[in-house]
Amino acid sequence: MLELKDVHTYYGNIHALKGISLTVNDGEIVTLIGSNGAGKSTTLRTIQGLNKPRSGSIVLDGTELHKLPAHQIATMGVAQSPEGRMIFPRMTVLENLEMGAYVRKDRSTFNDDLEHVFKLFPRLKERINQKGGTLSGGEQQMLAMGRALMAKPKILLLDEPSMGLAPLLVELIFDIIQEINKEGTTVLLVEQNALMALSIAHRGYVLQTGEIILSDDAQSLKNNEMVKKSYLGVE
Amino acid sequence: METTKKKFNWRGLGVSLLVLYIVFLIGPIASLDVPAIAAAIKANPIQLIQFLIIGISNGAIIAIIALGYTMVYGIIELINFAHGDVYMIGVFTSLTVLSVTGTLDSKDPVRITLGLILALVVAVVVGAVLNASIERLAYRRLRNAPRLAPLISAIGMSFIIENLGLMWAAQAWLVPSFGTTGGASQKVFPDMLSVMFNSLGQDVNLLASSGLPLRFTIKDLLVIILAVSLMIGLYLFVQRTTLGKAMRATAQNRDAAKMLGIDIDRVITATFLIGGGLAGAAGLMAGLYNNTAWWFMGFRAGLQAFTAAVLGGIGNITGAMLGGFLIGLLASFSDGYLSTRWTNAWVFTVLVLILLFRPTGLLGEQTGQKA
Repeated sequence: MLELKDVHTYYGNIHALKGISLTVNDGEIVTLIGSNGAGKSTTLRTIQGLNKPRSGSIVLDGTELHKLPAHQIATMGVAQSPEGRMIFPRMTVLENLEMGAYVRKDRSTFNDDLEHVFKLFPRLKERINQKGGTLSGGEQQMLAMGRALMAKPKILLLDEPSMGLAPLLVELIFDIIQEINKEGTTVLLVEQNALMALSIAHRGYVLQTGEIILSDDAQSLKNNEMVKKSYLGVE
Repeated sequence: METTKKKFNWRGLGVSLLVLYIVFLIGPIASLDVPAIAAAIKANPIQLIQFLIIGISNGAIIAIIALGYTMVYGIIELINFAHGDVYMIGVFTSLTVLSVTGTLDSKDPVRITLGLILALVVAVVVGAVLNASIERLAYRRLRNAPRLAPLISAIGMSFIIENLGLMWAAQAWLVPSFGTTGGASQKVFPDMLSVMFNSLGQDVNLLASSGLPLRFTIKDLLVIILAVSLMIGLYLFVQRTTLGKAMRATAQNRDAAKMLGIDIDRVITATFLIGGGLAGAAGLMAGLYNNTAWWFMGFRAGLQAFTAAVLGGIGNITGAMLGGFLIGLLASFSDGYLSTRWTNAWVFTVLVLILLFRPTGLLGEQTGQKA
């Protein structure tokens, strides 16, 4: 479904992605784990077109995303809950969600989709007329995910959905990710919380300083000695 | 998390006290003669209302120009210094339309009304297209450059347009000179509304029958109605329409907007189109109200409108409207009770004080932060 081939991305002179190749198949949850600065967020930003790859290809269902500007990539069915959540602080929850549906030509099912998002995140419904900036961190994370879902994406990119959240809330968010996936949305999940990520993912890639050093199905990665030591904190 | 109470800005207070002290020192020059002003108000209290009317009308025009500054700043964080000059072009455009269509020589109310409507439409279109072209030409390729670069580019555009205005003003076949000399001098913008009202047999002063020594003319009424409807229209546009929401989204987080499929270039172009169109409309209103056309008038109007935008909170649309009216009132009272020569100084005193004490402006308080 989504295929990255030898993608190189730079920030100025800094070589952030050094030839990333990965695939995400239809219906999967694939996770990208790695430490700070490994290039996880850059990978998602590059798929989304916010950073342009200097070489390599990104193909979604036959469409070459790397040749499109960012706003067109969104119309191809790629949606993201980005690092830092990036909700619109001075717009209401409802307006934020409306912006999520911006790419969709077909507005007839807008209300149904809204109800669907509210079913996944009942808290958002309670806060519907509140400004995004006044929400708590967990609620902002829910809003960022809800906003991405409003686009009805083929593939949902999630960047550190657990960041800064209380453990109970992290579990809730991960349950919801699984639910979204069961409803048929493919998920590419970037996480520092490798244990949580591997427990819900089908497959995983380990990223280190801009390169993929390991890829396997989630269960094997969980049992891999190197992963255990470096990312799961198991001696 | 900041839990301690914010420390009071003693240094800022000191600096502004110093500024005020200097202002009072030069009081006789600045005409800040408090007893004399008090006496003037006592002698003729109704004059206060007169200055209020003038202030609101001029403030409405300033507010419309300020909207263009604030919208552009909100979306690309650039002070579009050429904006005041777009307004000046709006004045000349409407004057030329009125002249070319022969409206200036007519006394027929229907003809004048049609001429004015045409002038409004053309001024709006010219202002919009000019402003969007400035963005395309001078700002777009500098969008990711250091912020000083587009600022200097904006000042350059301002000079270019001022000189275009000067050349325009010199074309007698486009702009009748009414006995004034050359292009560099101020020209008369005929008072078409009074002409129209007189030929209808009506008094221009709508308060004439009340017997009060006040003038609230058809010009005041038109300017206020037009400005307020433009403001309401803009407010509804930004709050309700998809494009308006996309503008706000882009202003609040450009990357997130891109990610959601919003075409940033289109949104920015739309913002410049709307700002320029408003400036064009303000040009016609100011021409009809103040009855002058001058190639350099965009400078003063631009600075006043910019101050109004900062006063209200730059980037905040409601703030620009409020700031416009406040600056209009300040200028009117300064013109009336102090001295017209010091009006700009007072406007800038306000700007300095705001930047010192409340850089976010009156309504600039923002909930949450830019992520």
